[in-house]
Amino acid sequence: MIIKNKEIIADDWMVLRLGEHDVAESVTVVPGKVIVPLQVWLKQRDALQQRAEIGVWLASDERPETLRDDIQKFTVIAVDFPRFSDGRGYSIAFNLRARLGYTGELRAIGDVLRDQLFYMQRVGFDAFAPRSDRNIEDALKGLSDFSEVYQNSCEPKLPLFRRVQRKGNTAQQV
Amino acid sequence: MYRYDEYDQRIVDERVVQFRDQVRRRLSGELTEEEFMPLRLQNGLYMQIHGYMLRIAVPYGLVSSKQMRMFAHIARQYDRGYGHFTTRQNIQFNWLKLEETPNILADLASVQMHAIQTSGNCVRNITSDEFVGVAPDEVVDPRPFAEILRQWSTFHPEFAYLPRKFKIAISGAQEDRAAIYAHDIGLAAVRNEQGEIGFRVLVGGGLGRTPVIGTEICAFLPWQHVLTYVESILRIYNQYGRRDNKFKARIKILVKALGIDEFKRQVEADWTDLKDGSGTLTAEEVERVAGCFTDPAYETLSNHDSTISAYKADSRPFTHWVMRNVRPHRVPGYVSVVLSLKKPGCTPGDATAEQMDAIADLADRYSFGELRVTHKQNLVLADVRQKDLIQLWQEATALELASPNIGLLTDIISCPGAEFCTLANARSIPLAKSIAQRFEDIDFQHDVGEISINISGCMNACGQHHIGNIGITGVEKKAHDEWYQVSIGGAEGNLSSIGKIIGPSFTFNQVPEVIDRLLQVYLQERIEAESFIETVRRVGHEPFKKHVFATELTVEEEPVADKHAVVPAKYEVPFYSPRF
Ligand code: SF4
Repeated sequence: MIIKNKEIIADDWMVLRLGEHDVAESVTVVPGKVIVPLQVWLKQRDALQQRAEIGVWLASDERPETLRDDIQKFTVIAVDFPRFSDGRGYSIAFNLRARLGYTGELRAIGDVLRDQLFYMQRVGFDAFAPRSDRNIEDALKGLSDFSEVYQNSCEPKLPLFRRVQRKGNTAQQV
Repeated sequence: MYRYDEYDQRIVDERVVQFRDQVRRRLSGELTEEEFMPLRLQNGLYMQIHGYMLRIAVPYGLVSSKQMRMFAHIARQYDRGYGHFTTRQNIQFNWLKLEETPNILADLASVQMHAIQTSGNCVRNITSDEFVGVAPDEVVDPRPFAEILRQWSTFHPEFAYLPRKFKIAISGAQEDRAAIYAHDIGLAAVRNEQGEIGFRVLVGGGLGRTPVIGTEICAFLPWQHVLTYVESILRIYNQYGRRDNKFKARIKILVKALGIDEFKRQVEADWTDLKDGSGTLTAEEVERVAGCFTDPAYETLSNHDSTISAYKADSRPFTHWVMRNVRPHRVPGYVSVVLSLKKPGCTPGDATAEQMDAIADLADRYSFGELRVTHKQNLVLADVRQKDLIQLWQEATALELASPNIGLLTDIISCPGAEFCTLANARSIPLAKSIAQRFEDIDFQHDVGEISINISGCMNACGQHHIGNIGITGVEKKAHDEWYQVSIGGAEGNLSSIGKIIGPSFTFNQVPEVIDRLLQVYLQERIEAESFIETVRRVGHEPFKKHVFATELTVEEEPVADKHAVVPAKYEVPFYSPRF
């Protein structure tokens, strides 16, 4: 199960992670819906791009620009969070959406926990695979922690000061 | 002061609800301590030696009397009757219970305050000059921009998990009183030749283990672009800052590694897309926020008050106080008054609940109900009528808030040190007290004049020892002993510099004696009105070193059984610092 577009849905994508002895050039990518590591995509591109549906995932130290020319080929792009405290994935997501114009599913995988989800959706993630030891219904609540935000990012595209009339600044002075 | 509108209030209220739920999940065991830690840290909650410490944001140091009374309430209701003002213009409470923290945050939200991002690896509270808006040398009032940056950085979705903490300081005066050279980003609001407002942007300054003075990345950034430019700096840092070594993770290390030219190139490449985009600041928004920082109802007064001069002639203590604690104001007939939280014998920066209530009353009666927290851990009444000075002085004296020592020997900046902090090598507060007591004689302090002493219990530099004219750092030679390194020549302001260590380290009781010897050299060498730092700059370190080590420092040393012993250790704390 994953969260997508604010709902819990069944998921039939498989995330391929290289084992200790696997090599990107030669690892077997099983048929069906597979999200492959960036390195596997780069090494097996010719074969993989024949598939009807393919996904790719980026590690937190990989650059999204690597996918610049291929970006519309993917049904899913995932970004891995090796630890929740590793915040590089947020900028990767922002760059994929804002700079590279990616419009397909953008999924957060790895150490994905409830309290990050609100931020993740704002930088462009629309799908989340919360850590498997956590309750997914609970994680879903994380998406609605706040009903208003100040700054622009992928969502919303305008900062608060351009979205609303903030004239009502007549609250009592404290 | 800035006043929350419905949006600001809603965001802070929703934060209280969110944090309450996080605490609930922690208490029920749903969240492990490891998972809870970054959540509580983004809310200023630390585990210290003896319990939880909460750091409350005082945005750019401005606080109303009503908010000050709320601090007094928190001190009484949830803590042990006092609070501690920090070098980042915040306040922290040291003795809290985890389960009560959501209620504290709710109390704070009721007076438009919060503890958002006062710790953790995110953008911290924006700091500024304590005399913003009133200093005669101010070029641009930076408060609207400070508030706009506060809002922009609050819950910024992309920059909540940076490699390390990130501090921004902003100033708008000729003299830098916000230590903008010692911050990850320093912003100096300036005017160009056409009179347009913009920012000189500095990047990569910071103290800690590797002290670095910030470098200019942009000489003049028009104000409209301040948010997007800061965003690009943060994005480059978020992606490329080191995450493998906590001690090399600050932006200064990245800037050094890339070199300022390459760093700037990357920032500006990122910024090309954002420039003039939706994040660009509008005049309307700046005006809206600036509307909260208009002048209070100043009376038309003149700068001459004969009663003051008459009183000065009679009262030396008052004269001293006026000389050190009263600052000029841009409006005739008004002055700014610094209330000293550095009475010798007291913990620097501490205030009791009773003092806080009384300070709030002073603010209401003498300064339009507003106060500022200074980065030297004192408080400021910014808008006082000159003609009220005598009465204010009498009242402040009764409250023990009128030590005439601002900028003098006993105005010491000290980190909490070994009694509170598990990282400490040495005690800081007792040393600060011991130094203050040794040099308590006010005539001597006034004779020595302007000087800064900064104490850190370890190399993490929470006491900013690098930029103290005299800097003191706790070091350990072998486990559990306690030594102090002394440096001289550090300074903040327009002529910022990093101090240099004078030689081998000293014992606790030797330090006051060492300071005494340093002062002897200064008093002998100084020319006319030269300050300590000016003499150091002119004559160099040698004469000071020579004299300190000329003869043996024979000082009675009472062994300390346990330097952490003030309070019993209840928790294993992996990492704590009040300024982390
Ligand atoms: S970590 Fe900071 S507070 Fe703790 S001893 Fe070191 S300098 Fe002082």
